[in-house]
Amino acid sequence: MTEVTTARSALRTRPGRAGDLDPVDSTTLDGRTRDALAELLLTMADDEFVVGFWDSEWTGIAPALEQDVAFSSLAQDEIGHARVFYELLSRLAGGDADTIAFGRQPQGYRHARLLDHPRTDWAFSVARRYLYDTADAVRLEALAGGSFMPLANLVAKIRREETYHLAHLDAWVGRLAGGGEQPRSRLEGALERLWTDALTVFTPLTGDAESVLVEAGILGEPLALLAERWLKLTRGRFDALGLHVPIELGVPRADGRSGHGADFEWLWNEFTSVYRLEPGATW
Amino acid sequence: MVTAASPVQRKGASVWDALQDVKDPEIPALSVVELGVVRSVDVTTDRVHVELLPTFLGCPALEMMRDAIRERLAGFAPEVHVEISYAEPWTSDRITDDGRRKLRESGFAPPMAGGGVAALPIALVPAAPCPFCGSRRTLLENAFGPTQCRAIHYCTDCRQPFEQFKAV
Repeated sequence: MTEVTTARSALRTRPGRAGDLDPVDSTTLDGRTRDALAELLLTMADDEFVVGFWDSEWTGIAPALEQDVAFSSLAQDEIGHARVFYELLSRLAGGDADTIAFGRQPQGYRHARLLDHPRTDWAFSVARRYLYDTADAVRLEALAGGSFMPLANLVAKIRREETYHLAHLDAWVGRLAGGGEQPRSRLEGALERLWTDALTVFTPLTGDAESVLVEAGILGEPLALLAERWLKLTRGRFDALGLHVPIELGVPRADGRSGHGADFEWLWNEFTSVYRLEPGATW
Repeated sequence: MVTAASPVQRKGASVWDALQDVKDPEIPALSVVELGVVRSVDVTTDRVHVELLPTFLGCPALEMMRDAIRERLAGFAPEVHVEISYAEPWTSDRITDDGRRKLRESGFAPPMAGGGVAALPIALVPAAPCPFCGSRRTLLENAFGPTQCRAIHYCTDCRQPFEQFKAV
């Protein structure tokens, strides 16, 4: 196991955390690249974290037992993905994963506005999750095989898990679309309402962060191009299902990951309630 | 040709043996070795280093497995180090033949070969064989089961619900 031995980095000896995690050799990144990657990681971690908590809202009250189990499992997967992103971020930018995840004020979160909506009804949750999962899949595809191995490795693992999410949500969109007047109109209404917010998953990073990541070989293409690809894919799927969703080719707005409203503040109050009892407590 | 094993090699082999005692907390019939989550064991005179691959990233059993491995290996070296590694994705193809047999004996269908099968549309995924009667006339009831790594199926022949270890 010589290759294992030589891959060890100085971060392995980080006090108190040794042995918990894979080491990250961030010495291969220059400062600009590290900052750009940290920004991207925070947006992805917050997306997964927040969608996971909204999913968990269905635990115990989904319309069928099987869906209760499925949405709870989706929630667990997403929070698991958020955890590894926060951990990688903490190794790049300092800090502690739990503190980043739970220790910020609501307006400090950088998730897409698509994820500010409450769960609402079943069709709405399915529609939002479908839009998010398909957008996330396009983003993950652009990160697969990237040059920064600690991220590329996580992405390879996450994409295997997400295959199940995509298949599940695609089946549900198909089921609601073909399920008669009421499910169909609820789905169309939800898609129409969420449509423009869905583009916020592709909100541009600040400054030249995206071109820095593309140049470094970490991100395949800028987010605006990913948005176009995603629009094409989803429009094709909606057409195939005969869904009437007014889709216009928009451009992701610059403020798509800020200005979170009262619904997110409510969720934040819920998911930080235990943490805030005693920040830094050891479990 | 048989050559005498060095003390360190012998210790390495006995570490792998000891890891057979550490079970998957969610399916205790399987050891962590049979589950394929042990990527490597690196033994020196004063240190044992184990790389552990998560089955699913949100798996709550991961820390339990890590702690159980540390505890089981405590007598082997002054320093026992269990590293959670993402260096390669764990896939269900890493479950050993013994592991697959033990899954069947515990009422689980083993995952189908080729973890990449999960990329097929659900309708094209081959039916899981029933672990009770062997029938292939089974239905996928829910791709999401009681834990992240398990899916729920139903056998239309012996009319038993059963679980399958997911192919990932």
